Amino acid sequence: MIFDYNVIWDAMPLYLDGLLTTLKVLLISLFFGLLAAVPLGLMRVSKNPWVNLPAWLYTYVIRGTPMLVQLFLIYYGLAQFEAVRESIFWPWLSSATFCACLAFAINTSAYTAEIIAGSLKATPHGEIEAAKAMGMSKVRMYRRILLPSALRRALPQYSNEVIMMLQTTSLASIVTLIDITGAARTVNAQYYLPFEAYITAGVFYLCLTFILVRLFKLAERRWLGYLAPRKH
Amino acid sequence: MLKGYGAVILDGAWLTLQLALSSMALATVLGLIGVSLRLSPVRWLAWLGDLYSTVIRGIPDLVLILLIFYGGQDIINRIAPLVGYDDYIDLNPMAAGIGTLGFIFGAYLSETFRGAFLGIPKGQAEAGAAYGMNSWQVFFRIMVPQMIRLAIPGFTNNWLVLAKATALISVVGLQDMMFKAKQAADATREPFTFFLAVAALYLVLTSVSLLALKYLEKRYSVGVKAAEL
Repeated sequence: MIFDYNVIWDAMPLYLDGLLTTLKVLLISLFFGLLAAVPLGLMRVSKNPWVNLPAWLYTYVIRGTPMLVQLFLIYYGLAQFEAVRESIFWPWLSSATFCACLAFAINTSAYTAEIIAGSLKATPHGEIEAAKAMGMSKVRMYRRILLPSALRRALPQYSNEVIMMLQTTSLASIVTLIDITGAARTVNAQYYLPFEAYITAGVFYLCLTFILVRLFKLAERRWLGYLAPRKH
Repeated sequence: MLKGYGAVILDGAWLTLQLALSSMALATVLGLIGVSLRLSPVRWLAWLGDLYSTVIRGIPDLVLILLIFYGGQDIINRIAPLVGYDDYIDLNPMAAGIGTLGFIFGAYLSETFRGAFLGIPKGQAEAGAAYGMNSWQVFFRIMVPQMIRLAIPGFTNNWLVLAKATALISVVGLQDMMFKAKQAADATREPFTFFLAVAALYLVLTSVSLLALKYLEKRYSVGVKAAEL
């Protein structure tokens, strides 16, 4: 027999632990990434260059460099500086989990900020005019009209970003985390069965991707139903 | 500043560029094959094309790279003795890298090309047929030139993602600029400096690509009226 799946079956607990790690890292980085992305997206639509430019530079640099380099800069790079090693943040910055989450959150915040900015710019003109006609202040207009509508319309693109992030979390295995990919690497290191080990990881990711696609379809039906083409 | 490692890293950068360009060429070919399969009227061919693009796009690049590089090498060496070849076969990281990235991004490009072909008004192909062109002539004279314009934005995106994904090939031992930077960082204990230098080089690569593709987009959009807002 060319393939040997008994070993994989025995290593299932390792993969399931890896699945939990992947989900944990994904959720933490998505949460903080989104939290940072909303103000960044608002900065990106500002007409004031002092507000817009820093956000533009941030998203441009983050989106123009590989995730792996960003991860290495944070995980290996920061330790170069004496000041970092002696700061109160060092216990966190020397942890691989923290560094991975930080790097992923920074990365997704840049992409998500551009998605939100694009969505804000595509707000139908009438909605803004109506808000002005009602005498809303700028802050109230953003809070009540622009952001709720833009965030909803950003959903299809954001679902792509979430799936990209799921795939990006696999890089955590390079900085010693045992996520799904890390589990596959461990199995391969112990039994030397690279094909079976990585195929199994691939199946896990494929299932996660399908589940995410399904969830976002449901979310779109819930929050974007009003934009769907009319059914006869 | 780079303690004499500057030239080594630039060497790696040249390798990265070669890897990226060759993979993109392969990906374009595979993407065109993929889209012909997916748009084919033959059921099982269309299904095969859909399977390729769905499965590849649902699995992380890193897992595919590890799978194809280590798993592929493993499978080759399990099968080789069965066909009477007994030496151990080692995969060349560069060839494996080009193959892997080309295979992955072929799937993404087939999606881009599919959107572009579907974006061409139906009347165009019908007009070609009405002029007596056969289906090959319609494809190459009518569809492809119009498809290019529609595919450029997606193509740009895929190229940028691919250029950045080349960094992952260093994980399987290709001595690209990421690999060289890691070596230099370990030797000098100054990881930040070297990874920052690599980040800057990648930023140059993506910036130049953006400018070049903007020019290309302008060229292929000659004669197309943009909607003014």
